[in-house]
Amino acid sequence: MQGVRRDEYHDGHAAFEECADRLPPPKGRDVTGFLLRRLINYVALCLIATFFAYSAAALTFNPLARYQMRNPPPPPEVIENLRQELRLDEPIPLRFLHWGAGVLQGDFGETITGQPITMELWSRVGVSLRLLLIGTTLGIVLGVALGALGAIRQYRPSDYAGTLFSFVVLSTPVFLLGILLQFAAIKFNDAAGTTVLYFTGETTAGFQGGFGAALLDRLQHLILPTIAIAFTQIALYSRYQRSAMLDVLGSDFLRTAQAKGLTRTRALFKHGLRTALIPMATLFAFGFGLLITGSVFVEEVFAWYGMGEWFVRGVQVEDVNIVATVTLFVAVLILFSGWLSDVLYAALDPRIRL
Amino acid sequence: MRRTEDVLAPAGSTGDRGPVLEVDGLEVSFPSEQGRVQAVRDLSYEVRAGEVLGIVGESGSGKSVSSLAVMGLLPEQAKITGSIRFRGTELLGKPDTELSRIRGRRIAMIFQDPLSALTPVYTVGHQVAEALLVHGGGRVSKRAADRRAVELLDLVGIPNAAARARSYPHEFSGGMRQRAVIAIAIANDPDLIIADEPSTALDVTVQAQVMEVLAKAKEVTGAAIVMITHDLGVVAGIADRVMVTYAGRAVETGDVDELYTRPRMPYTIGLLGSVPRVDTGQRQPLVPIEGQPPSMVDLPPGCPFAPRCPMEIDACHDAEPALARVDGAGVDGAGVDGATGHAAACIRSSEIVAAGTSAAELFGASSAHHTADPDSRDRRPEMLRADGLVKRYPVTKGAVIRRRVGTVHAVDGISFDIRSGETLGLVGESGCGKTTTLMQILELGAPMGGRVEVLGRDIAGLSRGERKALRRDLQVVFQDPMASLDPRLPVSATIAEPMAAHGCSAEHIRRRTAELLDLVGLRPEHASRYPAQFSGGQRQRIGIARALALEPQLLVLDEPVDDVFSGPQHPYTQALLSAVPVPDPAVERTRERIILSGDMPSPADPPSGCRFRTRCQLFTSLPADRRQRCIDEEPPREAARVDGTPRADHEVACHYARVHQVL
Repeated sequence: MQGVRRDEYHDGHAAFEECADRLPPPKGRDVTGFLLRRLINYVALCLIATFFAYSAAALTFNPLARYQMRNPPPPPEVIENLRQELRLDEPIPLRFLHWGAGVLQGDFGETITGQPITMELWSRVGVSLRLLLIGTTLGIVLGVALGALGAIRQYRPSDYAGTLFSFVVLSTPVFLLGILLQFAAIKFNDAAGTTVLYFTGETTAGFQGGFGAALLDRLQHLILPTIAIAFTQIALYSRYQRSAMLDVLGSDFLRTAQAKGLTRTRALFKHGLRTALIPMATLFAFGFGLLITGSVFVEEVFAWYGMGEWFVRGVQVEDVNIVATVTLFVAVLILFSGWLSDVLYAALDPRIRL
Repeated sequence: MRRTEDVLAPAGSTGDRGPVLEVDGLEVSFPSEQGRVQAVRDLSYEVRAGEVLGIVGESGSGKSVSSLAVMGLLPEQAKITGSIRFRGTELLGKPDTELSRIRGRRIAMIFQDPLSALTPVYTVGHQVAEALLVHGGGRVSKRAADRRAVELLDLVGIPNAAARARSYPHEFSGGMRQRAVIAIAIANDPDLIIADEPSTALDVTVQAQVMEVLAKAKEVTGAAIVMITHDLGVVAGIADRVMVTYAGRAVETGDVDELYTRPRMPYTIGLLGSVPRVDTGQRQPLVPIEGQPPSMVDLPPGCPFAPRCPMEIDACHDAEPALARVDGAGVDGAGVDGATGHAAACIRSSEIVAAGTSAAELFGASSAHHTADPDSRDRRPEMLRADGLVKRYPVTKGAVIRRRVGTVHAVDGISFDIRSGETLGLVGESGCGKTTTLMQILELGAPMGGRVEVLGRDIAGLSRGERKALRRDLQVVFQDPMASLDPRLPVSATIAEPMAAHGCSAEHIRRRTAELLDLVGLRPEHASRYPAQFSGGQRQRIGIARALALEPQLLVLDEPVDDVFSGPQHPYTQALLSAVPVPDPAVERTRERIILSGDMPSPADPPSGCRFRTRCQLFTSLPADRRQRCIDEEPPREAARVDGTPRADHEVACHYARVHQVL
């Protein structure tokens, strides 16, 4: 769907390129409307994605099985009660509507064990977002820097080193990367003689201490999983940024910038990198989507109770509401980053400001 | 930033007329897979203050590389030796940070392709102001730079400069972008401007405008100019001296008048003959120089031009001739002073008596022009007829609901016919609808308005099968030879493709491919090579071979060559012809040139009446009562009248059409 949208811009643009030169300068006011229209589309897409996840989960899961298989089996009334409570006899669209109506009021329903989902949701969102946002930001910034440097220093040792790093990280499964990091952390802690890096949980259980100490404790827990997330992102973006930058390196406008008196380095950053960032805007959104899948493993490996770990547990205990809630969260996140990439694109490239 | 090197002294402090730039024994080579490419070999020249030096040669002759060496903009792997002195200071070997203080301030450069020369993400005003800020050393405020940028844009002829400074490059036409690049070049009042084919990528009318702006820039800054071009016509009017380069070396140099009237090197004579002449008033064949420039890896001994030279003798292959004085003023071969005198690198230069040796004689051009006999026109079958052809594009706007806010009148009622054996030229500036017309015909779909007949059949009612069959007889050669060939297909596959698509046998394809290669002047071994290994001219030949593969009845050529005609009656035609440069300094300096102002009117909002009137040089000279007719009435296309009698084969759409000799 992203691809189609890009083409839409460009076809329209190309058809009028000859004439556009002579049309009056475009105004910026249509951008808001354009982004608003995108947003409405995205709400619909979220709805569809969640409905499919809900239906698939509701069709395959049998939450009563674990009760029926108990020994001795619970009385049939209990099972019947549960069936009523979970609305298992109603058609799926109706169940979805019921759940959806609750969501609109901020109530994501209950788990099959009767816990309210909403409360757990926010704590888990906090845990996941902390990891994802810091990891992504680091990944984007360092990935762009590594890629741009690789392009500028093409075929030099530093470029080969960056390439090697990317390929090794990209071909290592995330869970293996996590375990390798844990292994490295043990060695590091041994060398330091004290525990500097923690690799289980997001905070030390039963930790007592002031605000500063608590912050430090969380930071020590955060480092390893963040590295795991950032590494894959750096590896991915640096490859794309490198080739985008290489495209720009030979361009005439870079030569013009140097001819007017900018040093090569300054021209490369102000004119080269700025232009080479444009195609990356789309990738950041896609990368974020991929990342959420990756974070499932990272959370499992480092025992973080985030959204990814929750999804795995939701499937294990055959809980439709958890699966639907996590799916909705992921959909919102992906579409929001897609929307953000549109904003970014419009901000970066004056040619598409409609 | 406040250094007191002499190169950083403000321009004009050195009052002498001494050389601004001295290039001495410059050699540039690049590594390549085949070996080192010697792009520039032993090149020496100098430019004095206020002087214009034209450097002329085919692509690959080393002219661009030598000027990039002056700017210090060659890639790192280039090996540069010799000497480049700017106002006495050696530039070679200086680090980038030092060179960057000279670039843009003392030496400015204008590049070939204005469409890609500006950074797409910054406004034009910002990019002009940047040139001032980067050399301002903190003394120039951003606001002052912005204000000066607007002044500069105004100076180079950007209308409404204050508002246009806030536009982005993509909102500018090619001509306007080149003006902006010139504004950047003159921003710091440089001592030397290097212009690398500044008008080559532009329409002939815009080309004339840009040359005017350059002349103005020279006047304003008093800078010396090095003008690089492949077209001897372009520099004829502006240059003081000309240097012709071939295979990385200067092969002839001299004063502009001397060199054009008495060229002493066969290559120069060939270049002069390959420029179309609109001033001679008669059909004259263009004289091609056969073959290609040599590969710059492992040049054989002897004159590098010998393989293409009509005057080649055995002695030519013995040693490469040195640049030697030919005007008798100095001792031959010794101490040629690049600044003065006429020198040529040819062992037979004394035999060339320029007065009697025209390019056509020397290169033995066979006229390829077969013009169809106008008398038999009615009897010949009609190949293509367009009647009131219309193509419009909607202009849409709106975010949630797209609504149509206007119409681009790309083609608005064009009519013509071509009969068997004829060549029809569709001439105009870019954006005037030439290509749209051709694409509309090639599409073989029902036009939006009007009627198209190909080989006597109305294309509106064709079935799929009929359309495919008709395509066989209708072939096209596209404008851009670089982009119209698949880079991953060898030449033989490219040429074979149309035949395979129309079900020819493998045996036929093999035979025909060899035939076609020979026909367009390519060698059989070229068949297995890829487009990247060919020059632009050779790629265009491949495109022509592909178009001819099916022996079409109608061939459509989208701007593969410049075309020229004479006897113009419409002011637009006159302006187009007037803008074509002539390779004769005397004519160029004295001719009265019609310079069209501005760009084409927006096709989304064409002017009333005559569409050309907003830029028409005749319109402005008319009294008000006669002008009104141009504003109210769209002129019909009628038979042109010569001395009162209408001509059947010449039509013109102007209320006040009259013959105006542009030369």
